[in-house]
Amino acid sequence: MDRSYDALLVAVIGAVTIAIRFLPFIVFGGKRKTPEYVTYLGKVLPYAIMGMLVIYCLRNVSVVAYPFGIPEFIACAVVAVLHIWKRNTLLSIAGGTAIYMVIVQMVI
Amino acid sequence: MKKVFDNDFKRAFLATVPVFAGYMVLGMGFGVILQSKGYGILWAFAMSAYIYAGSMQYLAIDLMSAGASVAATALTTLMVNARHLFYGISMVDKYKNMGKRKPYAIFALTDETYSLVCSEENVRGIENREKFYFLVSLFNQCYWVAGCVLGSIIGSLVKFNTEGIDFALTALFVTVFIEQWCSTKNHTSAVVGVAVSLACLLIFGPDNFLVPAMIGITLALTFLRRKLEGRENG
Repeated sequence: MDRSYDALLVAVIGAVTIAIRFLPFIVFGGKRKTPEYVTYLGKVLPYAIMGMLVIYCLRNVSVVAYPFGIPEFIACAVVAVLHIWKRNTLLSIAGGTAIYMVIVQMVI
Repeated sequence: MKKVFDNDFKRAFLATVPVFAGYMVLGMGFGVILQSKGYGILWAFAMSAYIYAGSMQYLAIDLMSAGASVAATALTTLMVNARHLFYGISMVDKYKNMGKRKPYAIFALTDETYSLVCSEENVRGIENREKFYFLVSLFNQCYWVAGCVLGSIIGSLVKFNTEGIDFALTALFVTVFIEQWCSTKNHTSAVVGVAVSLACLLIFGPDNFLVPAMIGITLALTFLRRKLEGRENG
């Protein structure tokens, strides 16, 4: 089976990803001092981005159609409670994911 | 001669343990699905070593099996991975003195690596931060490649139900979000991130909201600059 077209697509995906990752460093990363505005963004963005990533992960959840996002809500709550309680990232991730898999595979 | 396995090495390894779990699970999920579409272990290895972007690799399977056009593939990658521009912007200063390790650290700046290297908490007490950043990046990619390859092998041996396994990614970000929330008194930036993303999701829908959300967050934080810079933490 000819896979050369698939290899081309993989090459394109990788090249675009690499370009995106390098671009900020090429634009702002020279010998000059980083603009204060960029330094400021660097300081405050991490907090906002993590919030954005959580929403991004949950983007396909529908709250108006069955199962109304309930599995995601329960699993996120489990992660949050576990994490605030034990502060053990591994436990929080494993616990939340296991519960989520049980719900979507066996309950729904 | 400098010791390789010093305290910084240990700290880097310990910091990446949560990502180890997440990447093994997600990587294996990817390998299993890839295998089920007829792409074997070499594809799993090549894609995880070269593309090294979790959600994009999952999407790549769809694009490949659907025979998508090069233009559509490039555009999808651009939309999905544009969030990496943010990571770069916030790491420009921290990666300034990376030297020879810099290109690799930039190449390997994934969501999860970013979530580890962006926090001041993680580098407190680290002697050689550049080495720490590099090792965290390298360890994480090793886990990812191992997970993808392992998944590919498992997928060729047994069939099992992986539905819901991708929640590990969500769970990881939720824990980082909570960590960051507890590490600062001023939650403006975190609230802006969630609120703007939710608003854009409602307006633009799940496939197109990421870019407007990034623009919205940048604008909101720009407007709030005076207020936020008055205090130490965002």
